[in-house]
Amino acid sequence: MPVENKDTVRIESSTEKAKTRSKAIEISDLTKEYPMGLFKKKVRALDHVSMVIHEGEIFGFLGPNGAGKTTTLKIILDLNRPTSGTVTILGRDHRDLLVREELGYLPERPYFYEYLTASEFLIFYARLFGLKGAQARAKVNSLLERVRLEEAKDLPLRKFSKGMLQRIGIAQALINDPKLVILDEPMSGLDPIGRREVRDLILQLKQEGKTIFFSSHIISDVEVICDRVAILHRGKVMAEGGIDDLLQMPNVVREIELKGLCGEGERLLGSYGKVVLETSDRFLIRVMSEADIEHVLDIARKRGAKVVSIIPHKQSLEDLFAQKVIGERG
Amino acid sequence: MMKMLTIGLNVFREAIRDRILYNLLFFAMMMIACAALLSTLTVGERTKIIIDIGMASINFFGVLIAIFLGISLVSKEIDKRTIYTILSKPVSRPQFLLGKYLGLSITLLVNTIIMTGVFSVTLWYVGERFSANIFMPIGMIYLELMVMTAVGLFFSTFTTVTSSAIFTIAVYVIGHLSGDLREMAKRVPEVSKIILDFIYYLLPNLENFNFKGYASYMNSVPYPLLGFSMLYGIIYIFFLLGFSILIFNSREFK
Repeated sequence: MPVENKDTVRIESSTEKAKTRSKAIEISDLTKEYPMGLFKKKVRALDHVSMVIHEGEIFGFLGPNGAGKTTTLKIILDLNRPTSGTVTILGRDHRDLLVREELGYLPERPYFYEYLTASEFLIFYARLFGLKGAQARAKVNSLLERVRLEEAKDLPLRKFSKGMLQRIGIAQALINDPKLVILDEPMSGLDPIGRREVRDLILQLKQEGKTIFFSSHIISDVEVICDRVAILHRGKVMAEGGIDDLLQMPNVVREIELKGLCGEGERLLGSYGKVVLETSDRFLIRVMSEADIEHVLDIARKRGAKVVSIIPHKQSLEDLFAQKVIGERG
Repeated sequence: MMKMLTIGLNVFREAIRDRILYNLLFFAMMMIACAALLSTLTVGERTKIIIDIGMASINFFGVLIAIFLGISLVSKEIDKRTIYTILSKPVSRPQFLLGKYLGLSITLLVNTIIMTGVFSVTLWYVGERFSANIFMPIGMIYLELMVMTAVGLFFSTFTTVTSSAIFTIAVYVIGHLSGDLREMAKRVPEVSKIILDFIYYLLPNLENFNFKGYASYMNSVPYPLLGFSMLYGIIYIFFLLGFSILIFNSREFK
């Protein structure tokens, strides 16, 4: 029986469309403990994690470094074993070798056989799927073209730049034309152009009907391309749902700018919201409820301060992330 | 089988693109060729000197290659995380491990054939013919190399490269002294005797593969002895690979 974390924000009304789709990955009540130190004290890396990734969606797995994202991915791929819980991929147990026929994976900061050329490298992986001769070569050539590495096909991987390595890594993840692609930090270490290329590739894969599950700590990338996300922090799922739904939280968020509080804003109004800026002349506060807005305006009027603006603040994924992660830390 | 062969051929490809292998092979060939030169310093026994040095070189450099490539077969894959992408494909852990073993066995076979080729040319140069009496002991050297590769692979499934190197070299040294270990066991107190006997039966007796003495005098190796050693080697490899698979199957990649 999955245990629901009390802090988890689960938007049940969201992505009704997704609900009708089949499940690509179902993670139920996953817990992972590692023995640490001299006395093998158990440290919990994952704490009753439950998530569903539906077929055909781009699912972003967000979390700060050390949140447990890579551990989750390694358990999905049977590289690590869970302490408890189950994982189902495309309706089968994740340990079933048949599952891997339909799966592509790019690890974080990939390192590949540097003595191989790009085409030798991809042919090696093609053979692991039983592709041979002309069939394997045709597949490799089309993938090299897709990741724009056709001119580097005879170059050893040791001469590849970071961006090229990431692209060849994505190519190996697609060698079997998988239904499900798992990418661990695919944008990490890439320049803006490289990140954009990877983003476009992920969107193309979605158009082809593939499911993409990728972990990242770069929130802007996730916000732009994902259908749904989960935020993981200290091994717990803090929020899960469609991006639009998660960002339309019932809270009324307003940024109120005041003038004339003579540097006393924080003392007077700090308890009603989050102070964004305070100078001797300007004071900017983010307020989360109607009642608090009234309080702030009331006090401002009494102190003779001038209300410069009241702007509705659209919550970004970064705000939600900060609220969940920093809120938890605080 | 196709997957194991693919992984094995990749190991072979890695080895033949590694400069260390060429350096070792070059030194081995130099040693074998120098045997002809050294033999001119002796009176009589010329062929014996060439055979002794030649076979010792094939053995020594073969073991060096087996140990140093064997110990890094798996641990390097884990350290550099290349194993993640392979095991995320439809490749089971036993297939991966056996593929790696197969690859190094092919590499060692090719190396042994090359060194044997140079050795036979050296023999031909001094007017001696390469015969089955030399071929059989070389075959047993190859079997010893396969045992040592399995030892290296076994350690590399659960320790680091450095620890694997130390353990594997220790097994090689003790493996050649296990006869002495048995003798020593007869002269020590009961408790030590049990320990020494345990070590004797646990570690491979590598002297079982040493038929160089027969080759030196061009004597043929008795077939029952040859058969026993082959069976011993194959069973030992079988068990080592079995234990390696058991450990590797339960291993986590952090």
